[in-house]
Amino acid sequence: MAANPRIIVVGGGLAGLSATIKIAEMGGNVDLFSIVAVKRSHSVCAQGGINAAKNLKGEGDSTWQHFDDSVYGGDFLADQPPVKAMCDQAPAIIDLLDRMGVPFNRTPEGLLDFRRFGGTLYNRTAFAGATTGQQLLYALDEQVRRYESEGKVRKFEYWEFLSGVIDSQGTCRGICAIDLRSMEVVTFPADAVIMATGGVGAIFGKSTNSVVCTGSAQSALYQQGACYANGEMIQVHPTAIPGEDKLRLMSESARGEGGRVWVPKQPGDKRNPRSIPEKERWYFLEEWYPKYGNLVPRDVATRAIFRVVFEYNLGIDGQPMVYLDLTHIDRKVLDRKLEGILEIYEKFVGDDPRDVPMKIFPGMHYTMGGMWVDYNQATNVPGLYACGECDFSIHGANRLGANSLMSCIYGGFVAGPEAVKYARNASSAESNGCFAAEKKRQEEFNQRLLKSDGTENSFKLWRELGDLMTKDCTVIRYNKALQETDPKLCEMLQRWRHINLSDKSMWTNSTFVFARQLYNMLQLSRVIAQGALLRNESRGSHYKPEYPERDDVNWLKTTKAYFSADADEPRFEFAPVDTSLLPLRQRKY
Amino acid sequence: MESIGFHELNMANKNVIFRIKRQDSPESKPRWEEFELPWRPGMNVTSSLMDIALNPVTRDGKATTPIVYDSNCLEEVCGSCAMIVNGRARMACSALIDQLEQPITLEPFSKFPVVRDLAVDRSVLFENLKAVKAWVPIDGTYDLGSGPRMANEDQEICYPLSRCISCCCCMEACPQFNESTGFVGAATISQARLFNTHPTGKALKRERLQALMGDGGIQECGYAQNCVEVCPKDIPLTNSISNVGKEVMKQAIFDLFRG
Repeated sequence: MAANPRIIVVGGGLAGLSATIKIAEMGGNVDLFSIVAVKRSHSVCAQGGINAAKNLKGEGDSTWQHFDDSVYGGDFLADQPPVKAMCDQAPAIIDLLDRMGVPFNRTPEGLLDFRRFGGTLYNRTAFAGATTGQQLLYALDEQVRRYESEGKVRKFEYWEFLSGVIDSQGTCRGICAIDLRSMEVVTFPADAVIMATGGVGAIFGKSTNSVVCTGSAQSALYQQGACYANGEMIQVHPTAIPGEDKLRLMSESARGEGGRVWVPKQPGDKRNPRSIPEKERWYFLEEWYPKYGNLVPRDVATRAIFRVVFEYNLGIDGQPMVYLDLTHIDRKVLDRKLEGILEIYEKFVGDDPRDVPMKIFPGMHYTMGGMWVDYNQATNVPGLYACGECDFSIHGANRLGANSLMSCIYGGFVAGPEAVKYARNASSAESNGCFAAEKKRQEEFNQRLLKSDGTENSFKLWRELGDLMTKDCTVIRYNKALQETDPKLCEMLQRWRHINLSDKSMWTNSTFVFARQLYNMLQLSRVIAQGALLRNESRGSHYKPEYPERDDVNWLKTTKAYFSADADEPRFEFAPVDTSLLPLRQRKY
Repeated sequence: MESIGFHELNMANKNVIFRIKRQDSPESKPRWEEFELPWRPGMNVTSSLMDIALNPVTRDGKATTPIVYDSNCLEEVCGSCAMIVNGRARMACSALIDQLEQPITLEPFSKFPVVRDLAVDRSVLFENLKAVKAWVPIDGTYDLGSGPRMANEDQEICYPLSRCISCCCCMEACPQFNESTGFVGAATISQARLFNTHPTGKALKRERLQALMGDGGIQECGYAQNCVEVCPKDIPLTNSISNVGKEVMKQAIFDLFRG
């Protein structure tokens, strides 16, 4: 029992920083681990805003309505109580962020301004220009820096999590990590461990995610016995800018501020888009979904774009792209509310979206599935917690825009205090050599990798993985393809054992670290692909043309994957979904 | 500025040549290596570094190691991939190949300790931010009601300052930022201004200004204005410096008379 426990937090994005602040405030000590300087975490990329039913626009919005929209948007796959708890907490969290100095956009009276986002009819999204994630991350980073200067937080930046240290009772006692500069492998004891390691975008090769979003940490823990839930639920964002190295997000706020999606009615129309008259344009989202229009949820918009491009062959100039048009909106309004994202388009494409409609296409964006947690953010491994994008809760089968930032902060605010509570009640036990054993296991893994002398290049293998997973496990899923995905992944795992590292030095060796991540990505890919194959229905982001309807009788279930170490493959269980608060209804926008 | 515009048509079937300054460890001597990649539309410096990792062979056919560099978001908002591209401090992800003169030279920042190749240690900025207490001193994270009301105009001053990505380009480009002056650099001064503008952040204004007095403080600025030239986020850094400069002066006089 420790009055001032030491808690390890892995990941320094919004979720990890939120947990850190709560723990420090409660008198605990935090060791905060991050691959990058925490201020450079992926939360910085979130653009459009953060949802809270503050009802400052006289629309009669309520936290219940926010809850209803979120559960309905997630197609009823989320356990409902934590969703409700998040929506109830949201207005107070916005106030706190405001007090921390987040430069939210203001109304003329000086109050917080709100805009509309996908999957709701209310103006519920607070925003700081179009760089809301950056502004929130900085506000939390600053508070953590304050605690760091008071000695309550120790940062381990440029360290990568390798595994949990789990004792013979199955309790998490700390972590094993590698110093990304000296390449030294070290174990760290803690009274509890909180994972806040984000999404798994790199599994899909190119995505809107940052380089560090590999899912490697979650995968390592899954291979050590942690349950991974709803892995098959992957969000593809309808509007990303295709690129050589990544798919850059074009925020939903562009549509929230009035942006319209269209294609020329005539296939292969080569005219300058602005010269195409209104009657020769097809605003297909507005036509198909008159109530929500361009602000249907992401899975719905993404499938619509796929249909227009691949079934109607109406992609711009025959290419897989559609227009996202802001040119009808006043430039001053665009600058005040969307400058950050317009700047991204300008810098990376070279056109000014104030003058020219943007060309966009869907891209892998968010990981709804993740580590299984209970309503206190505790995983099935005692002493191990998870929060933020790396956990499976809140978003069900599809996440609504601007709910991610809120779920990260909410998750951290629950996980931090719960971990402290657990640590204060836990009885201290002998570690019985589990630290030394884990360190040895990781060092042996490293030695095998360094000595491997096959012919495979890890970066090439990764590109193949990304292509396979994007083709089989994103927007449209066919069982025939999915039956072949897993054997292909097994073959890649075999090839992984024949990687010949092009860098075998032991100083800041990013090639070595990447090869380790790739192994974990491959293991987690099997969970995603097999989960997708098993779920014979369509729900939210998971769409199978062979089973086009939601099937609540057979599939109102959480997919829970456990790693069978002996068989070296996932084993699946299915658990009922907690729908105690909101009755099921058909999802129809 | 090396902006030579788009010339995609002339580039088809051509190769892109890189000269990259490499260094195996903080102690080892730097060396140069050249690489040649087939041109493709939409290439940037980070996508090129990824391509080199796929096949790490120099232009003269020698096997080498992939280049080590910092990167994360690849959309110029995380601040990781700062380096010197064709002599200029900038972010590598937004350095589009079609807008760069060849051969494209890549070097690590010169005023920060090299870790390996193009990766440098920029922790000095985070230490500086601690020194100026770059945060709003809130009472706690429990529910204390709404934040201070803020006029639109004030938000419009704060927001651009708050977009600093801590890339350190302004420090690399500053002639005064070196070991002999110990100058904190523009980014830190601008952050001090941001928090001094905030209704609650103001509470620490005096301490922030005092931290910027004396050696290494704002007086070291030589008004070269390189900072504002290279800032990838167009932050009005020179405005911040003159604003904070005046405040520091006022504070110094006040402190003097108060004894």
